[in-house]
Amino acid sequence: FRKLGLSLAKDDIVQLKEAYKWIIHPQLSEELGVPADGKSLFEVSVVFAHPETDEECHFLATACPDCFKPAKNKQSVFTRMAVIKALEKIKEEDFLKHFPCPPSSPKNLCVALEIQCNNGAVFVAGRYNKYSRNLPQTPWIIDGERKLESSVEELISEHLMAEFKAESFNFSSSGREDVDVRTLGKGRPFAIELVNPRRIHFTAEEMKGLQQTINNSSDKIQVRDLQLVTRSAIGRMKEGEEEKTKTYSALIWTDKAIQKEDIAFLDDIKELKLDQKTPLRVLHRRPLAVRCRIIHTMQSEYIDEHHFRLHLKTQAGTYIKEFVHGDFGRTKPNIGSLLNRTADILELDVESVDVDWPPTLDN
Amino acid sequence: RICVITLAEAHPLLQSGKTIKSINYQISANCSRLQNKVSGKSKRVRLFDLGAQFLTELAPLCRISSSDGEEYTIYSCIRGRLIEVNENILSNPAILQEKPSTEGYIAVVLPKFEESKSVTQGLLTQKEYEEVLLKRLNSSS
Repeated sequence: FRKLGLSLAKDDIVQLKEAYKWIIHPQLSEELGVPADGKSLFEVSVVFAHPETDEECHFLATACPDCFKPAKNKQSVFTRMAVIKALEKIKEEDFLKHFPCPPSSPKNLCVALEIQCNNGAVFVAGRYNKYSRNLPQTPWIIDGERKLESSVEELISEHLMAEFKAESFNFSSSGREDVDVRTLGKGRPFAIELVNPRRIHFTAEEMKGLQQTINNSSDKIQVRDLQLVTRSAIGRMKEGEEEKTKTYSALIWTDKAIQKEDIAFLDDIKELKLDQKTPLRVLHRRPLAVRCRIIHTMQSEYIDEHHFRLHLKTQAGTYIKEFVHGDFGRTKPNIGSLLNRTADILELDVESVDVDWPPTLDN
Repeated sequence: RICVITLAEAHPLLQSGKTIKSINYQISANCSRLQNKVSGKSKRVRLFDLGAQFLTELAPLCRISSSDGEEYTIYSCIRGRLIEVNENILSNPAILQEKPSTEGYIAVVLPKFEESKSVTQGLLTQKEYEEVLLKRLNSSS
């Protein structure tokens, strides 16, 4: 090519799969009677085999041995990345010693081995409220036996799976609450990935209708702001889990009597630093560590000599129950140590999850 | 099932008149229950990764000396992995006697998943324990 005075940039070289698409799209389009959209969520993957050239690139291993290191997971050492790396490294003269340029014409056509159709996943987001003190986030099954009926994710996803005609779902939320904790206020953001959905087009009205169906089907949970979102949504939601504040309401019991004056000082404490060791109740599945968390503000509501309600605004990731009862002294300070009594938590509600995503819809 | 090891209510150290002089987690020349290994890719500080310390029933956890010269060895009493020892009682021995069943705990042990049931079955319920104490009282009088 150089002799002809033409210079080719890397981008000028057409990728094989692009050329294939240019050829096949019009043919599919004509056959099926619909326009072809190369950027749609519907994916057809075709696997080709061409045995005569399978080992064509193996010569690169002798020329560039350090590009091809065997790794446990890989079937073959000649991965696409490794070959590209070697091609960049090898000098033109060395390459030409082993391989003709331009390459010789193949003798056989390649064969289509496998054709698979797949619908790209769609994402539905919203916020959920939880009104039951007996509902786990995910199904609670031990040794094949379901310990508690249903779960937050099943109650929300059931209807979505049916309408979107999806194969399976992945539910994630901006943090989560215990089985016995309610989620009030505007609720907690969640996102559901619907895998291989057969139906993906829904109008805003239809989404509203879906939301209503879910809300009519259960009084244990309610959803709002139900909408279709992009994959990047998950990132925004997880951001909230680590960074944003949460507010709670806790019903607290004390062993020794308290008067209104005894708890008033809690309202004045700002930015209280806690050192929380991994709570005993989760130690069987989490590593032992110490986490520093901040209680931004507190507001107490005296009930009687042994009870009061505490509203708190805390940093994400704070264990509230442990802040109240102290977890054998492993969360310091705690309500017990602050009040110089033994305290325990009777009820906990999430009042708000301060993440401004997903966008609020006028429901 | 996570287990918290504490002193039983009838333990001599919890009877009136006893003052704790010292608590020692150094069991032998080579073994301290306080070994502090910081490991792992955790972005938070890892405390006491005592994963290497597997305990059997008779493994000593610590030795406690009282001011009257007596020394008591506290044993694990169950099989399991030592997760954590309570450092709070080192800095504040009083809580061992004031709150033996909560802040004054000795250690946290995690039995092997397969052994969880057999470990629990080898223990006494509160009621059974009280019966044992009653029998002990009657036989000595």
